[in-house]
Amino acid sequence: MVKNIINRIYLFIIFVFLYAPIAVLIVFSFNDSKSRARWSGFTLKWYEGLLRSPDIKKALYYTIIIAILSSVISTVIGTIAAIGIHNMKKWKKGLVMNLTYLPILNPDIVTGISLMILFIFIRLKLGFFSMLLAHITFNIPYVILSVMPKLKQLNKHLYEAALDLGATPTYAFFKVILPEIMPGIITGALLAFTLSLDDFVISFFNTSSGVTNLSITIYSMARKGVNPTINALSTLMFLTVLILLFIVNKRTSKDTH
Amino acid sequence: MKKKWLSYPYILWMGIFVVVPLILVFFFSITTSSDGTLVFSLEHYRRFMEPLYLKVLLKSISLAGVSTIICLILGYPVALILAGRQMNKKSFLLFLFVLPMWMNFLLRTYAWMTLLEKNGFINTILSLFGLGPFQLLYNDAAVILGMVYNFLPFMVLPIYSVLRKIDHSIIEAAEDLGANQIIIFKKIIFPLSLPGVFSGISMVFMPAVTTFVISRLLGGGQYMLIGNLIERQFLLAGDWNFGSAISIVMMIIILISMGVTSKYDKEHEGGGLW
Amino acid sequence: MKKLGFITFLLFSIATVLSSCTTSDSTGNKTVLNIYNWGDYIDEDVIKGFENKYGIKVNYDTFATNEDMYVKIKSGGSNYDVIFPSDYMIEKMINENLLQKIDLNNISNYDLIDSQFKNLDYDPNNEYSVPYMWGTVGILYNKTMVDEPIDSWDILWDKKYAKQIFMLDSQRDSIGVALKKLGFSFNTREVSELEQAKQALIEQRPLVLAYVGDEVKDKMIGEEAAFAVVWSGDAVYCKRENPNLEYVIPKEGSNFWFDAMAIPSSAKNKEEAEMFINYLCETDIAFANTNYIGYSTPHIAAKEMLEEDILYDRAAYPLEEDIAHCEIFKDLGGFVKEYDRIWTEIMAQ
Repeated sequence: MVKNIINRIYLFIIFVFLYAPIAVLIVFSFNDSKSRARWSGFTLKWYEGLLRSPDIKKALYYTIIIAILSSVISTVIGTIAAIGIHNMKKWKKGLVMNLTYLPILNPDIVTGISLMILFIFIRLKLGFFSMLLAHITFNIPYVILSVMPKLKQLNKHLYEAALDLGATPTYAFFKVILPEIMPGIITGALLAFTLSLDDFVISFFNTSSGVTNLSITIYSMARKGVNPTINALSTLMFLTVLILLFIVNKRTSKDTH
Repeated sequence: MKKKWLSYPYILWMGIFVVVPLILVFFFSITTSSDGTLVFSLEHYRRFMEPLYLKVLLKSISLAGVSTIICLILGYPVALILAGRQMNKKSFLLFLFVLPMWMNFLLRTYAWMTLLEKNGFINTILSLFGLGPFQLLYNDAAVILGMVYNFLPFMVLPIYSVLRKIDHSIIEAAEDLGANQIIIFKKIIFPLSLPGVFSGISMVFMPAVTTFVISRLLGGGQYMLIGNLIERQFLLAGDWNFGSAISIVMMIIILISMGVTSKYDKEHEGGGLW
Repeated sequence: MKKLGFITFLLFSIATVLSSCTTSDSTGNKTVLNIYNWGDYIDEDVIKGFENKYGIKVNYDTFATNEDMYVKIKSGGSNYDVIFPSDYMIEKMINENLLQKIDLNNISNYDLIDSQFKNLDYDPNNEYSVPYMWGTVGILYNKTMVDEPIDSWDILWDKKYAKQIFMLDSQRDSIGVALKKLGFSFNTREVSELEQAKQALIEQRPLVLAYVGDEVKDKMIGEEAAFAVVWSGDAVYCKRENPNLEYVIPKEGSNFWFDAMAIPSSAKNKEEAEMFINYLCETDIAFANTNYIGYSTPHIAAKEMLEEDILYDRAAYPLEEDIAHCEIFKDLGGFVKEYDRIWTEIMAQ
């Protein structure tokens, strides 16, 4: 019982730690002054500015589309790859895993510029497609790293047992292996989506022609100071996802009862 | 064995989008263009071996190392609690845990500055209790705080996903045999969760070495990190060759250290240079 | 099954909301103009006004630093028609044939630009650029935290103000400050002078609270420190937010900076690009921009429309005597590697 309380307190502290900056962000979206340093009164003008700004809306659109597409595609490719790699011989596995680490450990600038040069070399016009390819490239390793532990945890004999019992390989895969590794797949997809939303450097160097994302828009404002319209947008995004989460949560708990 | 051909699409993808750019970077690192002609040279590697640059590398690695360890210490309990049987609505809490990461990183770091400044939120609250303004910003602690804040979910998520499906009958058996919680954790839970721990460490340590925005904003640019150095070579100094050489050296060093860590991973799942 | 249906419904509604975010651009026969500018560096209504007036669609991309923009343009992956580089970057791009000449006959409003801002070092014959915004660099200080007149870079080395100083996390700017303090040019290529500047900056390190970027504005408004090195446009903004702040250009001299409009060599729509540049030089448009951005405009007529408190603010519009010793940044070419090495040595201490 005590352990339960300690657990909840610890979790609570961690969540306060995680959400403190978000609270600051939200509060300043209502600040009359552009400055973070002073509170000069409550206003909704930044939210109004948001409605009148086509560029920010366009950036939001591309950000979300690319995040969803790249996380879905990289999760599929990554999961399949993880299964394949899991079954490789030791030295080949080591080689492939080392190559997998490269996009994670390389500084964004190196990944971004080298991909840009590659795209230019194969005469791919920089834009939506190049940005998508770049995002998938840096997302897949995270999916692989999320799924691999689950594969290791998997009971090797489960699959064989299913086959022995007369299941086809496909059936055994979908009904036996997939549910077992699902937490890893979801984790990988979540991480991929998160990374995609926030990427600046790699996106910056691999896009053009009016295709932009929120990170580029925000970092480009750094010289002048970030416009609180961005705070307003972030607040709206945050509240939207929070509300969606609560709705889904309510519905799934209704289902289980 | 079965199904290793499943990885072939990925290997093809990697071949194009990871290996080719890598070769490009390697090519830049071993050439130098004096007067427009391309000359092969190892001078960039030699230059990186100067104590000046090695100091920068060391600082980056140590900072990343400390942050990773703290992430592990703070994050493992979170994963344990979230995956625990007493928790219902696991997925909901998980999403709630990741949600802050969906806000732009720069904005969140600016928000930390508002919290940690001398006249910032935390100091203001403390001053109500008569506690003097503390220098919470522009030091190593602030940078590590920022790094942990940024990378914590990357440590928690893989560990959580492994802990979720730990076979409880093993734990129950151990309990029946009289083991207390500490032994159960040390001998059963932790070893079983190692694959997740290893993934978590990879996903935190590796990017942490090359990250520098956090140290610039929360550390006040007080020191130079390897990520900053590399970016400056590519953008400000126009010295792509030197920047590439630094990147290659860093790649090798990190891959070696991952290889060393993977020795703990008995089935050699993680890779590494041998 | 219900869960699946619900999630599908969710995704569908997200898709509908998102599609309302994109304007249905049936470009058809419209020309498309690609513009590359700093973030938040134009009044957005100006772009809409241009699109409506000329029936040209504008793709507006943003960059964070000159160097980022340079890599994108030089690598050739993008076709921008109008870009907004700064002084030294214009010089560098001219030297590397990355810009094409602007036909000033097509820029009828060019005469409205103050001739003081023409024929500058980086573009001596006004062939490649049209000025957009300008300013200086100086010391922003908090009057309540300081008890003496401030007029020299030396004050940033005064031990009395330890940990009350913000320097810029930018190698050329900070090394430049040290060079100016020592009486050298901040475009120097003399290694001995750079070494002296390096020594000065190393000595200064214990006194510096932090090397900051653009977040310095909020820090000074929040009174985190007594001094900061800032750009004049930011100083004007800070002073308005916190009247305790004052700006001065040190007597040893400082930096005179310009952001200008230029047309890359790879631009496909030169005629439309010139139309856009000319549009930005119209009086109301130039006024709208300087009003929104808050930086100083080189446009004579637009300047006259400004309110008195800005017009007579010496931070925004300095007098002759203030800028007597100001220099513009020149492109250092390959020598910039030397600056980079010096900066690494300072920061890696």
